[in-house]
Amino acid sequence: MDRKEALIRYCVTRLALVPLMLWLISSLVFLLLRVAPGDPVDAILGNRANQEAKEALRTKLGLDQTIWHQYLDYLSGLIKGDLGQALTNQEEVSAIISKALPATLELSLFALIIAIIIGFIIGLSGTARPDGKLDLLGRIYGISTYALPPFWAAMIVQLVFAVWLGWLPVGGRFPPSLLQPQGSGFLVLDSLCSRNWAALQGSLRHLLLPASTLGILLSGVFSRILRINLARILQTDFIEAARSRGLKESQVIIRHALPNSLLPVLTIAGITIASLIGGALLIEVTFSWPGIALRLKEAINQRDYPVVQGIVVVIATLVVFISVLIDLLVASIDPRVRY
Amino acid sequence: MGSEPLQLLTSSRSLGKKTLASRLTNWGVVLLSLYVIAALISLLLSNLGVLSQVNNGLDNSIYAAPSFTHWCGTDRLGRDVCLRTFAGSGVALQVVFLAVTLAVVIGVPLGILSGYLGGILDRALILIMDTLYTIPVLLLSVVISFLLGRGIFNAAVAICVVYVPQYFRVVRNQTAQVKSELFVDAAVSMGAGPLWIIRKYLLKNVITSIPVLLTMNAADAVLVLGGLGFLGLGLPEAVPEWGNDLNLALSALPTGIWWTSLFPGFAMFGMVLSLSFVGEGLEVFVDKVNSSETA
Repeated sequence: MDRKEALIRYCVTRLALVPLMLWLISSLVFLLLRVAPGDPVDAILGNRANQEAKEALRTKLGLDQTIWHQYLDYLSGLIKGDLGQALTNQEEVSAIISKALPATLELSLFALIIAIIIGFIIGLSGTARPDGKLDLLGRIYGISTYALPPFWAAMIVQLVFAVWLGWLPVGGRFPPSLLQPQGSGFLVLDSLCSRNWAALQGSLRHLLLPASTLGILLSGVFSRILRINLARILQTDFIEAARSRGLKESQVIIRHALPNSLLPVLTIAGITIASLIGGALLIEVTFSWPGIALRLKEAINQRDYPVVQGIVVVIATLVVFISVLIDLLVASIDPRVRY
Repeated sequence: MGSEPLQLLTSSRSLGKKTLASRLTNWGVVLLSLYVIAALISLLLSNLGVLSQVNNGLDNSIYAAPSFTHWCGTDRLGRDVCLRTFAGSGVALQVVFLAVTLAVVIGVPLGILSGYLGGILDRALILIMDTLYTIPVLLLSVVISFLLGRGIFNAAVAICVVYVPQYFRVVRNQTAQVKSELFVDAAVSMGAGPLWIIRKYLLKNVITSIPVLLTMNAADAVLVLGGLGFLGLGLPEAVPEWGNDLNLALSALPTGIWWTSLFPGFAMFGMVLSLSFVGEGLEVFVDKVNSSETA
């Protein structure tokens, strides 16, 4: 009927909101960094820096101009993809970010796959007998993975598997003795494309610890959401009908309940993970994985103001895109979503 | 015939749920009070001179393994890890309490105002809060903490910004919902002012939903504070904070020095866990109270 039209209209309105949200986020970051109490020049140089150095930096950052002028400069730069220059080495901030981003995406992607697999196993195993031993263990697993500080969990994993057992490398992304394959910046993909098996093995070995740590930490969210939604759907009439037809409980869960609980899982997990990833990515720091969180830490230590600003805007933009993408995906799959 | 065993099953199920939730809450409360006691005792003993001050390490050897004199070893400045971990508990509790209180104090009135007045103000506030909500938790705190510099109050401000939108959202929706009820119209037509309506019809609804959110957020805030410290932001250098201690421990980890990492992180894990347990229990309790009221 009109379903297709309604869907298209929904997608268009949702997409139309994206620029508005991006504008709000970038304005908010600007506002927070400029209008909030505290002088960025003091933040960078410290209170005891001499007046000349302060003035020079102020001119360099464009802070001597009016706030409106600064704001318009910043926005027009953003539209052109210009995020300014790093204070420490004059490198373009956009270049710094595009160098670090593939590492972060590669890590997140592998972690997500691990999280989905473990989350589903744990979430499903509990539902067969609610409040049974498996279910309780699963719930405790969910709370515990949430309560673990990601960077600390990573430190302990690193200590056990890399330092004590020596099975895997302590940190980094690639064995320093090998030549890094060039291309997309996704090392696993690049090694595969160039059929460089030694490089593939090296990058996978470096990836294994960080990705499984992050994956295990995120799997708790998945199992928790899956459990809640499965429990709700198992109360509905059509499940009762399927049971009364004499289907086995495992079939009822896998064939009837699971497909119907996937959409809410997709929605909530997408949002949760997008926002979680900010904190969870701190494990990059632990494993000195050269991604965006490690770069953010360096920028904070060097008080490199434009880099901090750029990274925050880029990550927030990514999160907005992910959440819109998930909304559109859910809307196109689920006939009940309408606006 | 079929309904009786079924009912028995459901009642035993709900019984099992209750005991799990209340058991978790009990564990959480016990653990949490242990943290408070640890913080108080270490502060007291340090000030009495029985134990050394948290930042004193010049007399000790650096990176000493756990022994009888230093139960959890010493860090790279010779400071006692055990003492710092204990003292960190008090620091974390203070900052988190301050941050969450700030979030309530800002978020709740804004939510009531927005939901009660409606109109352009309402829409603008919703848009701003939703945008704040989309920015990943830690990033927002990083930006503010980066700018404000280190300090207990600054850290609390940086953390509270993350949670303001949550209180705003809950309170705003409840306010808007209650405001459209018929009995509010009746009260208005009988001459009740907005303050009276807010006090009489809104606050009770709002108050029941806040404790759960508050404990959950407190649990989360411990992690955010730790994350800030780990990035080298947050509290001043002299304040013993778990995240910052872990940041310092990281460089020694590849050489196999485990005690500087294990203890502060484990303490952080335990505090988040105990706060989450209390939150879970409270949630079940509030649900029960609400459902028995509607029944």
